Amino acid sequence: MPNSLTIRVGGDTGTTTGVISTGEMLTIAFARSQYDVFTFRTNPAEIKGGQAMFQVRIGNHPVLAQGTTLDLLIAYDAESLKTHGKDLKTDGLIVFDTDTFIPDDNYTKQSYGIPMSSMAQDQAGSKKSKNVVAMGAAAEMLGLPMESVKSVLHEQFKHKSEKVLEANLKAFEAGWAWALKNIANRDFKVPPRELKVGKLIMSGNEAMAVGALHAGCRYYAGYPITPASEILEFMEKEMPRYDGFAIQTEDEIAAITSCIGASFAGAKAMTATSGPGFSLMMEALGLASMTELPLVIVDCQRGGPSTGLPTKTEQSDLNQAIFGGHGEAPRVVMAPSNVKDCFFGIIKAFNIAEKYQIPVIFLSDQSLSQRTQTFTAPKLSAIEIWDRIMPSAKEESYMRYKLTENGVSPVAIPGRHASTYVATGLEHNENGDPNYTPANHFRMMQKRHKKLEYISREKGFTRRFGDEHAKLGIISWGSTEGPIEQAIRTANKAGYEVAALQLKMLHPLPDEEIRHFLNSVEHVMIPEINYTGQLNQIIRAKYMVPTIPLNKCAGVPFSPEEIYNKIEEVISQS
Amino acid sequence: MPEIQTSSNVNVKSTADIKSNVAPIWCPGCGDFGVLSAVYRAALILDLDLKNTVLVSGIGCSGRLPIFTNFYGFHGVHGRVLPTATGVKLANPKLTVIAVGGDGDGLAIGGGHFPHAARRNVDITYIMMDNSVYGLTKGQGSPTTAPNFTLKALPYGVQDENLNPVALSLAYDVSFVARAYSGHIDAMTDLFVKAIQHKGFSFVHSISPCTVFNDTYKFYRERVVEIPKEHDVTNKKAALDLWQTPGKVYLGTFFKSSRTEMTEQSAKLSVAVQARKGKGSTEKLLEQFV
Repeated sequence: MPNSLTIRVGGDTGTTTGVISTGEMLTIAFARSQYDVFTFRTNPAEIKGGQAMFQVRIGNHPVLAQGTTLDLLIAYDAESLKTHGKDLKTDGLIVFDTDTFIPDDNYTKQSYGIPMSSMAQDQAGSKKSKNVVAMGAAAEMLGLPMESVKSVLHEQFKHKSEKVLEANLKAFEAGWAWALKNIANRDFKVPPRELKVGKLIMSGNEAMAVGALHAGCRYYAGYPITPASEILEFMEKEMPRYDGFAIQTEDEIAAITSCIGASFAGAKAMTATSGPGFSLMMEALGLASMTELPLVIVDCQRGGPSTGLPTKTEQSDLNQAIFGGHGEAPRVVMAPSNVKDCFFGIIKAFNIAEKYQIPVIFLSDQSLSQRTQTFTAPKLSAIEIWDRIMPSAKEESYMRYKLTENGVSPVAIPGRHASTYVATGLEHNENGDPNYTPANHFRMMQKRHKKLEYISREKGFTRRFGDEHAKLGIISWGSTEGPIEQAIRTANKAGYEVAALQLKMLHPLPDEEIRHFLNSVEHVMIPEINYTGQLNQIIRAKYMVPTIPLNKCAGVPFSPEEIYNKIEEVISQS
Repeated sequence: MPEIQTSSNVNVKSTADIKSNVAPIWCPGCGDFGVLSAVYRAALILDLDLKNTVLVSGIGCSGRLPIFTNFYGFHGVHGRVLPTATGVKLANPKLTVIAVGGDGDGLAIGGGHFPHAARRNVDITYIMMDNSVYGLTKGQGSPTTAPNFTLKALPYGVQDENLNPVALSLAYDVSFVARAYSGHIDAMTDLFVKAIQHKGFSFVHSISPCTVFNDTYKFYRERVVEIPKEHDVTNKKAALDLWQTPGKVYLGTFFKSSRTEMTEQSAKLSVAVQARKGKGSTEKLLEQFV
């Protein structure tokens, strides 16, 4: 029995309704049936028309990557079979719509044609429900409990009329019955289920939004942008329950400056965007740094530059996050590695922002933001929440920017503290008054940058895994962790001594852990989803080590095989 | 939202309590002195508490204004006065929030924010200190510089039509529209008081001449005239006629309407949503994802 299985749904969004939702509904049904799931999707950038793909990999152990080869492909049209057919395993199966196309002879042995469109027309009264027919057939083949999938259909269609729900349930049952009767291949290898308690299933964007609310975020401002808009939508829906504000601003500059205003007035504030919007925020990022106000900025990275590949993934905003903007403005850059980490990581982002009164950039990417994954429900009482330090009630000679050991000084809040002050983006003295003297500028730069030394010593921003005595070390960041971990497991089994250090904070770097790791290995490899190797250059510059970059710049994540092949190549050449 | 402590409010008894120990850096005769004076006076009349009042400003000569007061202040980036002030107000609706900025700040680099502040009708007062020139960068044309006016940076004269802040605010349906002139400090004070008292987004176009690069005192002295007492401030058509009157620059309240204010609207929404779905908690949120 295999311990994982990969299913892909492909079709044109112009001619097929619900290419993505078919996959999403199956995913929820799998998660509720005690499977670990990991999804991957590509949407066309257009609203209607263009090929969309949704993939779910299920397993009875933590699934680390989206899966490279397919066990089951649901193809709604000839184009999707052409695109995805080559990824099919030799014993993989295809389900296709005979009303739309007939695949060529190469696929005869492993394909099952279902007259999806006509069945949908007969049963549900509309060809639109053909995706639900396909879903019924797939659910039956994959051994999902019928009632469990039906309950997902109920939830999906509850906001529509009873008639629509009835029609879709009929379409689903027809698909199910068709598979039961016609699919001869009863040896389809579905991994056994394993009972696990307290499983949650959510997307990266949802996990960041929930985590932010848990951290105490009560002001959210954003401007719609793919692939970050789900955070805005979630916040707009939930914030009224928290007596906070979530607003859609006129642009990203308004989003970040209103967050800075809200933070000045005492609220924990966040904005989320993608690369183009983040570029617009650069000037104000410096203002947050200069006025020393806590702020969290989520950047769901997408393919760039310019409008680039709005619906595809890339890790190409690291330079922008660390170095972007004029002057030298201290900021923190963090990156989550999976959906669970989106939840826990964003809470840490708020904590660091508050403790050090500094903007924190949280770098997700399209593949992580829009991926759904299962994880064990967090124990909320165990999570620490930090708040900014404030002046005591009777501060006589309050100085907002008083020089301190770690650069952090108590911040007065309008409406709460009698110690008023004016925050300004101009260079200022300890009082906050504009001051351009040479000595003062240096002193205040030192104050603001001192925080970074202390932040780099904060614990819990690295994760080491793999061989304990590794000769080859991989340094990675963000969503590449999963495929790297899977590749390392395979490599360790094959006898290769390789380990990885996942960095969850990219600026300032967790220096001690990195030095320790670099000293423990002979070769260092740095895989990134970008063209120029941004982390690679930073590690080289700071530690002066001859690193080996591995770059993929194709709009899609690494497969574990790609990482494994490079491990093999590096070790065989050394 | 932060709880407001009312125990140690800092009440203001005289202008000295409001004046900070940083002296204004404006040029002699600058209209901005008049605006600052009117802000002090309005604060005294309204008994504005230092602790619960925030002045937000942009970049330019006008942007320095909060620094010369003892109120809470936020001197931000160029053109972003209104979104910054909106963030302050939403984070704590009990604060009195006054936004100040210049004509370049509010109509050129930050021109895109003005209509949206008007749409939201958030309860902040926006004082646009209009000197019709870029003073701090030493004499370039601004969006309100009159056509053909010759400046250092425009030796052949301004080629573009000038924008009219009052006309724009009427078009954007700002719920309180007024114009003041820093040569008439009493009238300006009176309009600031009315604007701050107005529940919603209030706008005071404050003519504030620059004596160095575009000295318009003489121009305005000959043209400013009080809006006639019989003007109906709820009549937008009449307000539009007033600003278009050739040869006259009317001062006073052009237009006033009572629209739903943003923070009140949101508070109502919160009550309604919580009545239906309950107060927010992470435990409940996570239940959506099982």
